[in-house]
Amino acid sequence: MTPPQRQRRDIVPEPPAPKEGEDKPGNPERMYVVAGPDGERAELDLVTLIVARATDPPPSASPEQAALLRLCAAPLSVAELSAYLHLPFSAMGVLLTELLTAELVQARAPIVRKARSDRSLLEAVMNGLQRL
Amino acid sequence: MDFNGSDTIPGPRTEDQLPHTAQAAAKIVIVGGFGVGKTTMVGSVSEITPLTTEETMTQAGIGVDDNFGSASKTATTVAMDFGRISITDQLVLYLFGTPGQQRFWFLWNGLFEGALGAVVLVDTRRLEVSFDVMGRLEERGVPFVVAINSFPDAPRYDIEELRTALDLTPDIPIIECDARRRASSRDVLMTLMRFLHSLAMTGSLT
Repeated sequence: MTPPQRQRRDIVPEPPAPKEGEDKPGNPERMYVVAGPDGERAELDLVTLIVARATDPPPSASPEQAALLRLCAAPLSVAELSAYLHLPFSAMGVLLTELLTAELVQARAPIVRKARSDRSLLEAVMNGLQRL
Repeated sequence: MDFNGSDTIPGPRTEDQLPHTAQAAAKIVIVGGFGVGKTTMVGSVSEITPLTTEETMTQAGIGVDDNFGSASKTATTVAMDFGRISITDQLVLYLFGTPGQQRFWFLWNGLFEGALGAVVLVDTRRLEVSFDVMGRLEERGVPFVVAINSFPDAPRYDIEELRTALDLTPDIPIIECDARRRASSRDVLMTLMRFLHSLAMTGSLT
């Protein structure tokens, strides 16, 4: 029996990035931005780690904010917060932007794929997987 | 959701909490068609019970070829299961099981753009389901490996026969796995990491 055959498509370059201020097609939620480790601005990612700066939510916190602050007493990813709070990722952006602005939480920027991968990072991940 | 009773929102169990030293997280995407075993693979290697993040997609975001049924339906919920592996006290790896349909991908910022790489999980009974996914990953320059989830009643093909059918270049790893088994799923992730490492060595990662 012969398996079905894939027809490879010609790789067409992605359309040029829209200029500053223009709407990015297909990415309507890309508006929440947090500071990266070296001052660069990074978008809020599914695996950005969020940590509460104080254990007790201030009295001014909304119920949603208070619930989130309690959850991230220890570091927790945006994805996990979304799962525990039953809130969509886009709503997490709104909620976290408020809390970041109020300096109630700290965001630890994710490691993202770069043009040139960090070999020591990959080796660390391989060592970690070996121990599973 | 009623947040007034937010004291009762269950968070991670104490043993599932990350240490305060956790500095950064990276992600890997496991992508494939419905029922191919993405959630099984995530669950078999994850240190936490897999969680689900959901996003709502409105009509405007749904492609013209969708079959979501009646014209009255204006929104659909897309769910993504994910798990977690602590690599060191500082570094955490997340695994996301992602629907193969590309029109869902933009719902989560940078899901593929930021991922270290992807595993395309394939069921040989429905090989063609994965064709579109591979094309999209190639277009976006996301490095991937192919894992054949060996279902007992699925047709068996020689790896090189599959490579030809999938039109994959010789450098792209293709491996068989049993997504239910932790060691097997771990080996798939190791294969991906070794592949990424080799790309880093040759500098051909774009």
